[in-house]
Amino acid sequence: MHPKFEIKGMRDGLLVTLSDGPWSEVCDSLLEQIHERADFFEGARLALDVGNSILHAVELSQLRDRLSEQGVNLWAVVSNSPTTEQTAQVLGLATRLVKPKPEPPARSASVDFQESDTGILVQRTLRSGVKLQYAGHITVIGDVNPGAEIIARGNVIIWGRMRGVVHAGAEGDESAIVCALDLSPTQLRIAGHIATTPQRRGKAQPETACVRDGQVVADPWGAGGK
Amino acid sequence: MVAKVVTISSGKGGVGKTTATANIAAALAADGQKVVCVDGDIGLRNLDVVMGLENRIVFDIVDIVEGRCRLRQAMIRDKRLPELYLIPAAQTRDKSAVSPSDMVRLCDDLRQDSDWILIDSPAGIERGFRNAIAPADIVIVVTNPEVSAVRDADRIIGLIEAEEKGPARLVINRIKPEMVRRGEMLSTEDVLELLAVELIGVIPEDESIITHTNRGVPIVLDGKSPAGQAFRNIAQRLKGEQVPFLDLEAQGSLFGRLTRWIRSGGN
Repeated sequence: MHPKFEIKGMRDGLLVTLSDGPWSEVCDSLLEQIHERADFFEGARLALDVGNSILHAVELSQLRDRLSEQGVNLWAVVSNSPTTEQTAQVLGLATRLVKPKPEPPARSASVDFQESDTGILVQRTLRSGVKLQYAGHITVIGDVNPGAEIIARGNVIIWGRMRGVVHAGAEGDESAIVCALDLSPTQLRIAGHIATTPQRRGKAQPETACVRDGQVVADPWGAGGK
Repeated sequence: MVAKVVTISSGKGGVGKTTATANIAAALAADGQKVVCVDGDIGLRNLDVVMGLENRIVFDIVDIVEGRCRLRQAMIRDKRLPELYLIPAAQTRDKSAVSPSDMVRLCDDLRQDSDWILIDSPAGIERGFRNAIAPADIVIVVTNPEVSAVRDADRIIGLIEAEEKGPARLVINRIKPEMVRRGEMLSTEDVLELLAVELIGVIPEDESIITHTNRGVPIVLDGKSPAGQAFRNIAQRLKGEQVPFLDLEAQGSLFGRLTRWIRSGGN
């Protein structure tokens, strides 16, 4: 069979370059190939180089749907034709491969940076299933619900309720602290120490947790201590 | 007429999504609105059973998507309410038979001549859930006043926000005022404090829901049921009307109120 396309691996997925030819034939042979090698393609991020083909919304969205039925996620279409590029943009597909579209923070569950001794400010409620990871300090304005996780190399400050799992000084810094307006985490870790929240008596008040004499202790926020 | 698409979702199974879908739909239809229910639970359908329409199914949603029938042919008209329709799920296929863009197309076709499209989402956060929320204008999250259900609701609300379908609206189902009063059940306030979304309904525990559901009759058609009233209120709120929440405290029996009074007096 005359090959109608070429597959290359890239940093973040696969690039398929289609040869020129009748669109329906090219599509069919690509889908056939994907179907035959389902294990390899399952869950893949696919970018498509369609060369000079001029494509309209119907054709592209149909292909995207048929790909998604095979578990393949079409995220970009590269083309020499401005019409095709425009079609792709209308469908919300990327048209450049150089800089993959960064996932919006709401979508990606984890954040990972490398600069040390810096901090980030997160202004929203962290719900169950969200993992916030940062090689520095983390400040959250909002609640951290049970099932959410915060992992920081430095300190963690929550202007709200802390009810999830929190790990400060995650790379071994025992001087790290965790503060929250209502500090009732499922689990609180500082460096290598692990603690759970004791039964509370009375109303919640702002607290700071730190490691003292090899133990995690919580003090009222701002009263003496640190 | 351009319909609003409302998806009813929960994360955890068994909290009452299907019952809520059937009853909110019936309440809207009884109010003269044209409503189409879509069962998104392909492979585990039961909205048809709850609506009492199981024996009328000829075509289903997969038949529409795969072009074996026209949209109209798969719409089953309700026995009692002439403005209520159901598009059933397929039982012999699975969630991957339909894609999110199929759902968007289907709803776009339905929008022109109905007022409301209600989609019953399957439990879970996988393909079926993605299918169900893809066309949504409004997402309703149903939860029970139980820690596990609230946890899953929180996760689902996060996913809905990430898909830019938020903010979700919350229905708290099967609340028992007696248990809340004794401090043995999460209260509406406890749940709202954690989830921090807009409340659109609180449904009291009501045994007659089970008998109605088994018979395939929506409880909103029972004028005396407090749960039926709560569902009717949700329908009104969806239409944008301000309806006060039921005072569940007031529904304790006279005997219950009397004993409480004696107890507090005795101490």
